[in-house]
Amino acid sequence: MIFAVASGKGGTGKTTVALSLALAAEGPVELLDCDVEEPNCHLFLHVSSVRHEAVGLPVPVVDPARCDACGVCGEACQFGGIVVLPHGAHVVPSLCHGCGACARLCPTGAISETVRRLGEVVEGECGTVHLVTGRLDVGQTLAPPVVRAVRRRANGAGLVVVDAPPGTSCPVMAAVRDADVAVLVTEPTPFGLNDLELAVVALRRLSLPFGVVVNRAGCGDRRVHNYCAAEEIPILLEIPHDRRIAEAYARGEALVEALPELKPDFRFLLDRLRAMSAAAKEPSHANV
Amino acid sequence: MKVVVTAEAATWDACVDPRFGRAPVFVLVDTDTRELSGIDNSRGVAAGQGAGVQAAAVVCRTGATAVLTGHCGPKAFAALAAGGVRVFTGAAGTVAQAVESFAAGRLVEAQAADVGGHWA
Repeated sequence: MIFAVASGKGGTGKTTVALSLALAAEGPVELLDCDVEEPNCHLFLHVSSVRHEAVGLPVPVVDPARCDACGVCGEACQFGGIVVLPHGAHVVPSLCHGCGACARLCPTGAISETVRRLGEVVEGECGTVHLVTGRLDVGQTLAPPVVRAVRRRANGAGLVVVDAPPGTSCPVMAAVRDADVAVLVTEPTPFGLNDLELAVVALRRLSLPFGVVVNRAGCGDRRVHNYCAAEEIPILLEIPHDRRIAEAYARGEALVEALPELKPDFRFLLDRLRAMSAAAKEPSHANV
Repeated sequence: MKVVVTAEAATWDACVDPRFGRAPVFVLVDTDTRELSGIDNSRGVAAGQGAGVQAAAVVCRTGATAVLTGHCGPKAFAALAAGGVRVFTGAAGTVAQAVESFAAGRLVEAQAADVGGHWA
């Protein structure tokens, strides 16, 4: 079962919630840190037996002796990763998405492929938590292949918790795709609401069942609550606006370890997510 | 010789557009015959990314041996260099003024991109 923790706005508490779900669960959990531009779950866990593995993407290499500048590769490429100049094809590695179409379609066999490194996947253990972290190299912009590499590491035998990147763009879609259920973490502020609405549109388009966790409940206003009520989005949990939580976070302590009295709340959240996932899998009794 | 000027329209008195990949029109000028024609670049103006590279491919196909523009980024510069097109940055004013400056040797030939890329 895969639970994805996402948000529109950054800094709402995705990592806090993802870690709390992983640590509140009984039995083995795979925690996938898919926020590959700034992974941080490992800062809150004492991870041992760490393994690193490179993540790369195929990128074309043109043999000028065999390229006759026919133009097939440039027309096939959807990203401008290869353009055909009068004397031959020219590769722009940073725009290449690694689909392989140019190499496959080249009529003269002038295109071979090499691997361009994008980042790495780091795996380690912390008690019952198996942590998989994706890390995009500095200077790279293509996050989704690294996110997908992290997702592929999950064997899915038990619970999988995905800590997604913020926003609603490609890396987020790569992180939450094929999850069983998603949690959108927000804060009760106008910024929180604005970005929550964007995330809701994205998740509905993926037909992913989801609910909302309101973090820092008690600050801001009621607009997030009113929006969720109007949209019939369940608010699954409210985490109080409490200085002790910020202090624990700043010390690198996981929420449910610093404030164990909150653990039952996250067990409750796990139960609700399991129930939502199960309900979504049942044949629909709605009118057809 | 044939040169391309990045501009807002295909006339001698149109303003130079300093953005290489996002200029609305590439004006192809024959500096010997004073012939002028325009190549639409609305696709580049609207492109999400990679506008500079596509623009470079268009310029290379015109047969021009130099491009007169305001600025040129790294991916476009690499593609123009691969296509054997020289890049002259700092062009300003009208198309006519840019061509005049170029003919008088007042535009500097870029040896590398003079601005950073937008994406990577």
